[in-house]
Amino acid sequence: MKLATTETAKQRWEREQLEPALKKSPERPGPFTTISGRPIDRLYTREDLPDFDYARDLNNPGEFPYTRGIHPSGYRSKLWTMRQFAGFGTPEETNERYKTLLKAGGTGLSVAFDLPTLMGRDPDHELSLGEVGKCGVSIVSLADMERLFDGISLAGITTSMTINSPAPMIFAMYLVVAEKQGADWKTLSGTIQNDILKEFIAQKEYIYPPRDSMRLITDIFAFCTREVPKWNTISVSGYHIREAGSTSLQELAFTLRDGIEYVQYGIDAGLDVDTFAPQISFFFNSHSDFFEEIAKYRAARKIWAEVMRDHFHAKLERSLKLRFHTQTAGVSLTAQQPYNNVVRTALQALAGVLGGTNSLHTNSLDEALALPTAEAATLALRTQQIIAAESGVTHTVDPLAGSYFVERLTLDMERGAKEYFAVIDRMGGMVEAIEQGYPQKEIAEASYLFQQAVEKREKIIVGVNDFVQEDEPRHPILYIDESTYDKQLGRLEELRKTRDNAKVQQTLDALRTAARGRDNTMYPLLDCVRAYATVGEMCDALREVWGEYEEVPLI
Amino acid sequence: MRKIRVVIAKPGLDGHDRGAKVIARALRDAGMEVIYTGLRQRPEQIVAAALQEDADAIGLSILSGAHMHICPRVMDLLREKGLDDVLVVIGGIIPDVDIPKLRDAGVKGIFLPGTPMQEIIDFIGGNVRPRAEAI
Repeated sequence: MKLATTETAKQRWEREQLEPALKKSPERPGPFTTISGRPIDRLYTREDLPDFDYARDLNNPGEFPYTRGIHPSGYRSKLWTMRQFAGFGTPEETNERYKTLLKAGGTGLSVAFDLPTLMGRDPDHELSLGEVGKCGVSIVSLADMERLFDGISLAGITTSMTINSPAPMIFAMYLVVAEKQGADWKTLSGTIQNDILKEFIAQKEYIYPPRDSMRLITDIFAFCTREVPKWNTISVSGYHIREAGSTSLQELAFTLRDGIEYVQYGIDAGLDVDTFAPQISFFFNSHSDFFEEIAKYRAARKIWAEVMRDHFHAKLERSLKLRFHTQTAGVSLTAQQPYNNVVRTALQALAGVLGGTNSLHTNSLDEALALPTAEAATLALRTQQIIAAESGVTHTVDPLAGSYFVERLTLDMERGAKEYFAVIDRMGGMVEAIEQGYPQKEIAEASYLFQQAVEKREKIIVGVNDFVQEDEPRHPILYIDESTYDKQLGRLEELRKTRDNAKVQQTLDALRTAARGRDNTMYPLLDCVRAYATVGEMCDALREVWGEYEEVPLI
Repeated sequence: MRKIRVVIAKPGLDGHDRGAKVIARALRDAGMEVIYTGLRQRPEQIVAAALQEDADAIGLSILSGAHMHICPRVMDLLREKGLDDVLVVIGGIIPDVDIPKLRDAGVKGIFLPGTPMQEIIDFIGGNVRPRAEAI
């Protein structure tokens, strides 16, 4: 047995300084844990980074493994894209909101679709009752997409579209609108979320079984390498995993492991990794635990670079660089004392910026109550502008590098993510893990533990379980009535009367044929869209071929 | 004594099931018998589940804004099936203006974001009229 003969500097400090101090003034009861339950030490010193190697663990910005960022000059050259997610009601109403956001200095668009669109149902389907235009904009056919982007040049803007199961259909609509505007597909830039794995894991907006869904995604990879090379074909998303209740580490691990799954399926579909990997982007949550979030982003860049280089043998530098969008945590917003949400969002946005996000959405203060009003959405954008213009944090790249605490956390996040990778690899991959319900169970467990901590007041939420205010004044909200439903139903009826229905049937048949065989589904989908087939009709055509996925409900 | 039986359901197209699952587990941990229907349940399916499971209460989780279509339909169907005595509660994002309308439709408990789990457990425990022992 080895006896400790020498005392470290930290141990000496604990004996000489800390212990007497604690005798006079004991620590608060704690627990001193992150929002994810990770214990945090009272002090981090050089001793907490015994094997730290600058070149290996950090390196300079723009150099492998990109822990400090993918751009050598950070935000000094180009600020993050201020991309506010918006959509509600009819395409015309949303078009108006986009024009407001662009006029207020927003630098990219981000489309929120309503649930019928997200689930591939037309407004006249029985499950669409009460949902049309409520959580986003209702898009039924190409005609709606034309209304949505009326007066906005698609060649001059980048657009992100939060669409998953019907991503190929909505993307095809966007491309046809661009075509009609005379834009060259080769120059178009933007993102479709197109991340079905996190739908099975967390948000549950799936339609087809996992493997058929993966086929649609690899079809988009292949299509874009040829036709729309600058488009981000997928936004591998941790956001929804976190919102569903995961820890910060689970968000990191499951998201990156999803990314690995997509790359593997792309390679298995016959693609060269460097032809599609550069167009894969990521999307993370920024929750309230400041340093844990910053560590998560830094670890994400490092892990991805290593996986792409060492596991997939990517050669292009762009294949190794993890680019990501961040959204502040919707789940952290409270219906109580809604103005507190402005402060929460500002801190979360700052964490995203200090973590080097490439684009950012800041939530509005009223989002625990309803979709945001125009005033609330503008204030959310202003929050980003204040961070960018006034705080000074953009002057130097990765300002927190070298912090003993941040570097320790970053290394711990990396190690934890790799442990999760090993578990999922043993199951055969992420598709298999999802089929076994593994990530779903992990998240449900974490979310229940957090809720219990809130109930026991181990975790404080200001205005909810502490500093509660009785008799709060009513907050003005955006109320979406049923007029969108009536309008979209009427339009759908009109469309079915006026379009060439024989042509629609013919294009849908061609889509079914491609789905049964191995031809890329994007080309027949573009023809369906040009014939004004609806989202519901296109999705139904594939439902007929592949069936629908149903999860086993677990609690 | 027979345990209180609660059907927890997610109607509509929305898949955000965090709240439904957390509350299902909390009710179960509080000693109730919980039947979770899973996602995208039509009102007919929810009422059929309540009938089949001999439920004392139904908890609906709706965040999408579709509550004014779904809740009255569920209440009508319950009356049709003679299940008027089943306690119906809803959790989710419900605008203030809709709350009196939901109460008029017969929804007894309306729980907004931030409600402690214990409050919901106590409400259900205190307001169900336990049905006769199943034969």
